Amino acid sequence: MSAAPDHTPVMTRPPLALRLEPWLPVLLLPLLVLAGWLAIPSASSWLTLTISGLAMGMMIFVIASGMTLIFGLMDIINFGHGAFISFGAFAGVSVLIWLSALTGAPSLLLNLLALLAAVLAAMAFTGALGWGFERVIIRPVYGSHLKQILVTMGGLIVAEQLIQVIWGPREIHIARPEMLKGAVTVMGATLEKYRLVAVATGLVVFLAMRAVLRGTRIGLIVRAGVENREMVQAMGYRINRVFIAVFIAGSALAGLGGVMWALYQEMITAHMGNEIMVLVFIVVIIGGLGSVEGAFIGALMVGLLQNYVAFLEPKAALISNIGLMVAILMWRPQGMSPVIRV
Amino acid sequence: MLKSVFSGSGPGSKLLIVLALIVFLGLALTPFLFSGTRAMETGAKIAIFIVLVASYDLLLGYTGIVSFAHTVFFGFGAYGVALATQRMGSGWDALALGTLGGVALSVVLAFGVAMFSLRVRAIFFAMITMAVASAIAVLVSQLSWLTGGEDGMNIKIPRELTPAFRMDLEIFGTKITGRVLNYYLVFFSAFALFLLMLRVVSSPFGRVLQAIRENPFRAEAIGYRVVVYRTVATCLSAAIAALAGALFAIWLRYVGPDTTLSAELMIDILLMVVIGGMGTLWGAVLGAAIFVLAQSYLQVLMAQGAAATAALPLIPDLLNPDRWLLWLGLLFILSVYFFPTGIVGRLKAVK
Amino acid sequence: MSDLLLKLRDLHTDIGQYHILHGVDLEVPRGQVTMLLGRNGAGKTTTLRSIMGILPPHRGAVTLDGRAVTGLNSALIARQGVALVPEDMGIFANLTVEENLTLASLDGPPDPKRLERIFTAFPALRTFWKGRAGTLSGGQKQMLSVARAMISERRLYLIDEPSKGLAPAIVSTLAKALRELKSEGATILMVEQNFRLAKALGDRAAVMDNGRVIWSGAMADLASAPDLQSRLMGLSLEDHT
Repeated sequence: MSAAPDHTPVMTRPPLALRLEPWLPVLLLPLLVLAGWLAIPSASSWLTLTISGLAMGMMIFVIASGMTLIFGLMDIINFGHGAFISFGAFAGVSVLIWLSALTGAPSLLLNLLALLAAVLAAMAFTGALGWGFERVIIRPVYGSHLKQILVTMGGLIVAEQLIQVIWGPREIHIARPEMLKGAVTVMGATLEKYRLVAVATGLVVFLAMRAVLRGTRIGLIVRAGVENREMVQAMGYRINRVFIAVFIAGSALAGLGGVMWALYQEMITAHMGNEIMVLVFIVVIIGGLGSVEGAFIGALMVGLLQNYVAFLEPKAALISNIGLMVAILMWRPQGMSPVIRV
Repeated sequence: MLKSVFSGSGPGSKLLIVLALIVFLGLALTPFLFSGTRAMETGAKIAIFIVLVASYDLLLGYTGIVSFAHTVFFGFGAYGVALATQRMGSGWDALALGTLGGVALSVVLAFGVAMFSLRVRAIFFAMITMAVASAIAVLVSQLSWLTGGEDGMNIKIPRELTPAFRMDLEIFGTKITGRVLNYYLVFFSAFALFLLMLRVVSSPFGRVLQAIRENPFRAEAIGYRVVVYRTVATCLSAAIAALAGALFAIWLRYVGPDTTLSAELMIDILLMVVIGGMGTLWGAVLGAAIFVLAQSYLQVLMAQGAAATAALPLIPDLLNPDRWLLWLGLLFILSVYFFPTGIVGRLKAVK
Repeated sequence: MSDLLLKLRDLHTDIGQYHILHGVDLEVPRGQVTMLLGRNGAGKTTTLRSIMGILPPHRGAVTLDGRAVTGLNSALIARQGVALVPEDMGIFANLTVEENLTLASLDGPPDPKRLERIFTAFPALRTFWKGRAGTLSGGQKQMLSVARAMISERRLYLIDEPSKGLAPAIVSTLAKALRELKSEGATILMVEQNFRLAKALGDRAAVMDNGRVIWSGAMADLASAPDLQSRLMGLSLEDHT
């Protein structure tokens, strides 16, 4: 055998175009905001719409992030994800109504305390439901997409009906906490306080997720598991336990999204989850199944486009998002970034 | 003789033959067996849903494609008739043209959807169709200048098909009105469409579809263009769904987003096809019959149950007639787990 | 031969409806390198995957250091100190080199001393430490895969065809690293088609055909008997390489 020749590789800097390529989806976002600025005549309306688009996008992201991770890691499409949104909303709203003394008080601290209690209760509730859902509904149908779609759809029907059994068939109206009512005026634009809170919450969730996925061992296991479950297992990690943890976390995030959406609309129904799911599906698809970063960009794009178009031509709002999805799939059939690269 | 009528794809089990026969005779004789308009409403709905569900089965059961956009084609057929009669008056020509228009548009859209589905992963497809279906439903309810919006449109149909039209004829004590004629238009059209679908699945084309469902790679490897077969199946399924939609519009003399395009209707179709049995077409017969009957009559039973248990906690809420979907949903999940071939598969197994 | 680390007895494994292993008997002595040889489709990779627990055998027994590990979850087998370098390398392309190695080191961050040795053996890994593993060349990926196995103290290394598809220069870099590993007393069970490499590294050899081990003995005995080679494997490996 010949002796090993010197093998000292060097890093060469790839050309700019190549380095830019993975970032193209990120660039779409400012482009969209710019397009909105050009299309919308008044700068203050543009700012209002941008903030409400971002708020909507953040809420969709919170919901979609769990779904996309569940898919990436377990190859499970959960059409019943919407049920967790509804359940979260109903549980959270129940707590808010129960704590109406706190939400009605003109104190930001007390309001936020009530909100926190509602969010934690909703997440604990939907997380527990997710655990049960995984065991009872999904566990028997691992590996078969057709059965997964059918069974989770069935789970959705049952869940929506159960909500009506527990909370009654009528929609419930809910007022926002006292200090989150109203709006602030910035540069002539009216910005609802609650939407700012929603944007901040979404951002916190995104950054927290990023930190967990990037900085912790469990995050490492999840990201590796999305790529190659078998190898993660063969390296000594019980991936099934990680699956369940991710499913619970994903369901809890849907619950959080449900509470956020409930206060955004100030009204909840048993079907609200499934109605939001249409946008969530679009986001998950254009982001690339399994990609949290893609879901984030996708959700913000969908939220912004929805709001801009609704202002310009109300009837075209949803169609415009379908158009966005088709365009992105024509460009990248796997979605913008098909694997987790947070 | 029956064998040739069923194109060789008969029900396949004695009990199933009996049940299918009951459904057939029940539907064929509804105007004479049962009195009142409720029975005819139920019968016509069953006949139309059999066609709609069977056309969905052509897609789901015979090709394994999960689409949530089937209601769109149903809606196109219905709105086609509505728009044509609105512009051209209540003639037969308007009905025919509207139906054809709805079918043509459905086939074009189905072709586009099938082409698009080639570009994306199979699992995306279900989600994409769901988004598209919901967008179209929203669009139809918003374009009120064209579609009447949420209120829908009333449809003028030829006088011969309306209750106002009376023939001086009485059979078994039932007066033959235009309503009865309309019923038989629905019934015979549905029957013909069902036989046509049986013909399709028993043809070499249908056999190839089944091969593709079992193993698309192998089907491709032995020389069948999977793409072509799937596209044709999607278009055919869409065309028949549109025809069912046209029948529905003619029967109801009304079309609206809730009755033809809603997500709830799509879920109903899914329930019917899975509970009845995927991939047999006969499943559609039983699934639709049981589902529509349950919708109409189970609720009565549940109301009685709820009244009887009114003193107990929770149970009356569970038995509330509005909660009938809860029980059907549970039945649906259980059937996917324990008898994925549905009632028909179960019956075939016992012979 | 008395000190066995791994023992397979009458192992039967199916993949889907195909019966792949028909009763594999194999002994891997501690501190030695055992080469698993045989033509394509003989069941070598399946044997490694059965030991690892990725493909649970439906009959037979796997004994590691006297303890039965048959049918255990592969995570538990890995935690007993078994490391696999799979045929397809099993690199996580979207993780950095650093993250790949961190994940492989089960208890805490990688040991700096071991890391230093890995960098000496495979300098490329130091260069691309923060780079995505997916951007590495094929040879570098194989080095990373071997490095992942070496990052912690292991009782048994299962290495599946490390030389597959690699340039000779890289094969010799890998061979050097594996020789070093061997000199430290590691126990290795390795599948290898490159007979020259197998001969250079192996203490013992087992030849598989049709889902069974048909010959086993000292590597030297096999290497010095071309007629035995051609009888066992249908062709003289010496000519072939």
